[in-house]
Amino acid sequence: MSALTGFLRADGRKGVRNVVAVAYLVECAHHVARTIVTKIDDPDVHLIGFPGCYPNAYALKVMQAIGAHPNVGGVLLISLGCESFNREALRAAIAASGRPVEVLVIQESGGTAETVRKGVEAVARLKAIADQAPLVPMDVSELVIGTICGGSDGTSGITANPAVGRAFDRLGAAGAACVFEETGELVGCEKIMADRAITPELGLALEASVRKAEAYYTVMGYGSFAPGNAEGGLTTQEEKSMGAYSKSGSAPIVGILKPGDQPVSGGLYLLDVVPDGEVRFGFPNISDNAEIVELIACGAHLTLFTTGRGSVVGSAISPVIKVCANPETYRKLSGDMDVDAGRIMEGRGTLDEVGDEIFDLVLAVAGGARTVSEALGHQEFILTYKAFDPIGPACLPLRRVS
Amino acid sequence: MKPILLHPDDNVLVLAAAIQAGQTIEIDGAMLAAPQDVAVGHKIARHALSIGDKVLKYGAPIGSMTAPAAAGAHVHMHNMKSDYIASHTRQATGEPS
Repeated sequence: MSALTGFLRADGRKGVRNVVAVAYLVECAHHVARTIVTKIDDPDVHLIGFPGCYPNAYALKVMQAIGAHPNVGGVLLISLGCESFNREALRAAIAASGRPVEVLVIQESGGTAETVRKGVEAVARLKAIADQAPLVPMDVSELVIGTICGGSDGTSGITANPAVGRAFDRLGAAGAACVFEETGELVGCEKIMADRAITPELGLALEASVRKAEAYYTVMGYGSFAPGNAEGGLTTQEEKSMGAYSKSGSAPIVGILKPGDQPVSGGLYLLDVVPDGEVRFGFPNISDNAEIVELIACGAHLTLFTTGRGSVVGSAISPVIKVCANPETYRKLSGDMDVDAGRIMEGRGTLDEVGDEIFDLVLAVAGGARTVSEALGHQEFILTYKAFDPIGPACLPLRRVS
Repeated sequence: MKPILLHPDDNVLVLAAAIQAGQTIEIDGAMLAAPQDVAVGHKIARHALSIGDKVLKYGAPIGSMTAPAAAGAHVHMHNMKSDYIASHTRQATGEPS
């Protein structure tokens, strides 16, 4: 049952998609990159990028991780030319992963029209190389699965989130790496979460990550709590947190990652998405897709997205499976949802049944079946400024010392 | 209509479907008339709650009462608050609600 196939990359990683990414390295190159992707009109050629002109180590690390992501078979970088993004460091990291990479600098390529023309040709070359990636057997234990919630309401923590938790327990037991995130949505859960850590030191690090998030959001003046959450029946940050936390299931927590770090084993990881140090660049994640990008930067082959109010997004690079928590939302937006978890509220299914359905769907999507958001053409991507310190020594107890 | 009890220690119940004022709801085996309209996914009081009471959902504290609530009454922004970070609404941010 768990016999999947994956696209084998030169670095040994295996992807469930074979994407050529076209990346703009500053907003000034966005239009050219988008035009190339639009002209090619191929569901496996995706637009990604970073809009800022000032350098940022986090953005570089995330772009390097995504350029070498297992689902990526080649990358075209579109630079204006005078921006600060370290395009050579990005190109070198992608090349070092064995993936084909080309760079076009608009200021040196004859401007918009000529760069678009060259870019279309470059993508054709990259795609031809990517298409030669051998399809090889892949096991569930080689998957990295992320989860996120967006547009949460009073049903999310009762249906979709605990159902994803059931699926996470099964995936983790099969050896997959499962990643949950948004420490700002774990405020109030820090003690019970710390009790699940595989070492006491990791437990302290988990608590510290939530304290950091609470302090950060307090400075910002808002928790990770939007007006739509309240309209959906959630009243407080800690209430939202308890519901969000149930996505993590019941397995022991084996480590903490920061954006761009890769899991070192199967099992359950927390992704710490809140920046370190003083509050500098604004809200930690300005919208759900910023978190999805960070999960992908941690190697997520696909993401389980639970929603109560009804998000419609997908993502570039890795498929998004949307699990709808609210039966009324499902009736309004069924064309945007992969799983009707809200049926649990109406007695038409149990948490275990929906958890099994999500598990089976993960395998089907990893096997090549398109998710609803993929079929609709959703390929959202957003990356903004952040600052992180490296993870501490207690964060990855299973990391082998080499 | 029987609201959902998520944990035996909880003092709020979650609505599996919207209720209308006067509609009969079942709480711990007792039948009472809903005091007001409440939407799906929202919380109602399992029994009378007083100012300062911790609100328990999933068996965990999710905030404190800022105003009393009778059994069956809606428990939300108007009568409870976070013990961590203030929640914001569109009115508070100047956005249309």
